[in-house]
Amino acid sequence: MSAAKQPTEVVKEPSMLKQKAMIADNYDKLTGAGESGRKVAATYVPGNLNELLMCFDMLNNLPEINAIQNGMRKQSGKMIADAEKMGLSEDVCTYVKADLGHMAKGAIAPNGKPMPVPDLLLLSYTGCFTFMKWFELLRDQYGCRTAMLHVPYEGDGETTDNMRQYVVKQIKEEVIPALEEVSGVKFDIDRLRENLKNSAAAEENFVWVLQSAKNRPSPIDAYFGGVFYIGPIFTAFRGTVDAIEYYKLLRHEIEQRIAAGKGPVTPEGEMGEEKYRLVVEGPPNWTSFRDFWKMFYDDGAVVVASTYTKVGGVYDYDGFRHDPARPLESLADYCLGCYTNRNLPERVKMIETYLEEYQADGLLINSIKSCNSFSAGQLMIMREIENRTGKPAAFIETDLVDPRYFSPANVKNRLESYFQMVDQKRHGGGSAHRAA
Amino acid sequence: MKCYIGIDLGSTTTKAVLMDEDYEVLGQGITNSRSNYATAAAVAKQEARIGARLTLFSRGLGSAAGGGDMAGIMEEIELSIRLEQFLEQLEDLHETCKSHAEPGATGLLEALDEVFGRIEAEAPGLFQRGAKRKSDFFRDIAGSRVMQIGEDVAKQTGVSFDQLLNTYDKSIIDVENRPPEGGLAEKFQHCLGRVIERAPEFDLSEEKVQAAMRDALDVEIEETYVVGTGYGRVTLPFPKEHIRSEILCHGLGAHVMYANTRTVLDIGGQDTKAIQVDAEGIVENFQMNDRCAAGCGRYLGYIADEMNMGLHELGPMAMKATKTVRINSTCTVFAGAEFRDRLALGEKREDILAGLHRAIILRAMSIVSRSGGINDEFTFTGGVANNEAAVRELKKVIQENYGDMTINIDPASIYTGALGAATFARRALDN
Repeated sequence: MSAAKQPTEVVKEPSMLKQKAMIADNYDKLTGAGESGRKVAATYVPGNLNELLMCFDMLNNLPEINAIQNGMRKQSGKMIADAEKMGLSEDVCTYVKADLGHMAKGAIAPNGKPMPVPDLLLLSYTGCFTFMKWFELLRDQYGCRTAMLHVPYEGDGETTDNMRQYVVKQIKEEVIPALEEVSGVKFDIDRLRENLKNSAAAEENFVWVLQSAKNRPSPIDAYFGGVFYIGPIFTAFRGTVDAIEYYKLLRHEIEQRIAAGKGPVTPEGEMGEEKYRLVVEGPPNWTSFRDFWKMFYDDGAVVVASTYTKVGGVYDYDGFRHDPARPLESLADYCLGCYTNRNLPERVKMIETYLEEYQADGLLINSIKSCNSFSAGQLMIMREIENRTGKPAAFIETDLVDPRYFSPANVKNRLESYFQMVDQKRHGGGSAHRAA
Repeated sequence: MKCYIGIDLGSTTTKAVLMDEDYEVLGQGITNSRSNYATAAAVAKQEARIGARLTLFSRGLGSAAGGGDMAGIMEEIELSIRLEQFLEQLEDLHETCKSHAEPGATGLLEALDEVFGRIEAEAPGLFQRGAKRKSDFFRDIAGSRVMQIGEDVAKQTGVSFDQLLNTYDKSIIDVENRPPEGGLAEKFQHCLGRVIERAPEFDLSEEKVQAAMRDALDVEIEETYVVGTGYGRVTLPFPKEHIRSEILCHGLGAHVMYANTRTVLDIGGQDTKAIQVDAEGIVENFQMNDRCAAGCGRYLGYIADEMNMGLHELGPMAMKATKTVRINSTCTVFAGAEFRDRLALGEKREDILAGLHRAIILRAMSIVSRSGGINDEFTFTGGVANNEAAVRELKKVIQENYGDMTINIDPASIYTGALGAATFARRALDN
């Protein structure tokens, strides 16, 4: 019997409508760049310098977000097949293949218009080492200017001043001059400070939203719902007034849910009784996103914290905020602190903290076939968490946007086993003659 | 009496275990899963009920058998019942074939009568003690006999063999998907009479035996709680709380069989599971093969098809190997190609087979190590645990990697999942 209540008509909340309008507006601006004459930078989510780009009136186009959009709209399978025809092998990151397949077909945005050719490829080389290869392919296609920001990996688990200054130096000497040249706009540090002030205001409410999951029942799903909540702060809206408004609206809605003792909203309406509280490590699968989520809420499983919602910046764990008083330094700290730029012991520590602070029943790892920056080391993470917390952990395997690598029967089987495993642990199990 | 049933709906076979209130297994049943899980569950359950009646009968008989060979008697009775069931289904198949026969096909009906007449005549020989059958499933036995006898009859009568085979193909699915008829009591009585008649050496007192049988049949077997598991579990008409994941069922089943089990490896038809359990049988961790069924039981199935052999003949052939051909890929899709490639290179079939078995075990061991390695004691379950060549390779690989370990393999290991499910069913009563 499904734990979720009968599907109710889902009423779009103001924050959802707001975000939808923001995304549509951004796609309109991007596809209208030819007419408006605004310059476009292509850049990646982890370590993106949106506040800085805004200082040059530039638009921000994020290839991973396009791949995710195409994945959720069930378009990516064909794009990946096209990229494979172009010679990309099966093992290549499927975001890359979806992006190249998308370009090969004219790079049509969700509004039906072609995406612009970027004026600059701004490579923030943070956490994911595929990014560089990806931009090499894009540079080959577009023949446009490339600026690279090399963000050192936090191999020792901390941000040193050396690292910080190394990043600041590149922003000053490489990135800003490139942006000035491409845009024709002179850099104004006060404008940057203003943008960073906006970021910090939005971040404050964003963290409140994430931490609302400490309530019982949790008013949000911090993974399946979380991927929507991170939208503005991870992408082209950090530093905007729109983002501040979005998080205010969202916070207000969640405050009401808490007051009413409600759980998360699912695509089928209000979620039923909260039976399992989980921490999830790894990105979600996008091509079967709804089916995947349904496997959780049908069984009363809610994700109270996730690491994926930290790939575009970690704000809750060690209290980082963009800081107008230290503009370039705080941009550097932001880049350095993104989740996949942290070493494995740090990731373990973060997950352990989440398990404890959010009173979770256990850890679930969604290991992504084509994402090495996430997947390498996940078995070790699982063992370590089991040893440290004694809480049950489980492993499932899917992919980002390649529909061929999502086997519903296999995933469901493992998830159900895991939920029952949590039950068994909770009830003490017992040998054959003891109660289950 | 209150009874608890666990049903494991696997991709290849469906198993049922019937247990009493004291956690004693009374009966177990197995059938091929077909494309119809509901029928498969019904058949497996009925098989388990037959087993339960036999257990009750055997308990009741106890001292009544005047010093005879008890196990022998029970085997005779069981074989007799199997024969009875076989003949019943054979008759059904015969009638169904006739109804599907192309009207106007000259001599086809007569040829069918001849084919089924011959199978019926040889059937008692198939169900004798010590007789070897390719399989215990009706479909396999009937299919192979229709092929063989049909060819002969076609030659003799001039009827087209293809026509015969077509008629069979159209009919077998219908027959298989018809749940078996009830009337167990009559069948038992009938079989008992036949055994007493056929085996005077057992020195049975007919009166006492009949009384024991009546008692066994009089007991009402009440299905107090049923728990389903396995890939087809969601198709069972059970509410969700009656469905358990096979990971938990295998873990618990292995714990019930061997209380010191800490690591369980199950190689089934389409998945390989490595499960770590604690001292109470509670699952601590598990790993499975991902989207790909490489190295699972089905891999051996393809190889058997490729070699035109029965699945259970592979192990014995591999045991005759004088060397192990190195096989790296356990891709099920390429199984046939791998095999033919090695054959073309001049390797012997048994040596290739030994290599294939080793490849499966190596793949399984990689899943085991991802789940946390082998902890003493280790229990191997699933259909592949019945394959002696796979077991031999497994023991070698464990010795090479982990040293001395207690390795448990129960002859009834194929029922592990169903046993776990039945145990969950029994426990549910206490909750």
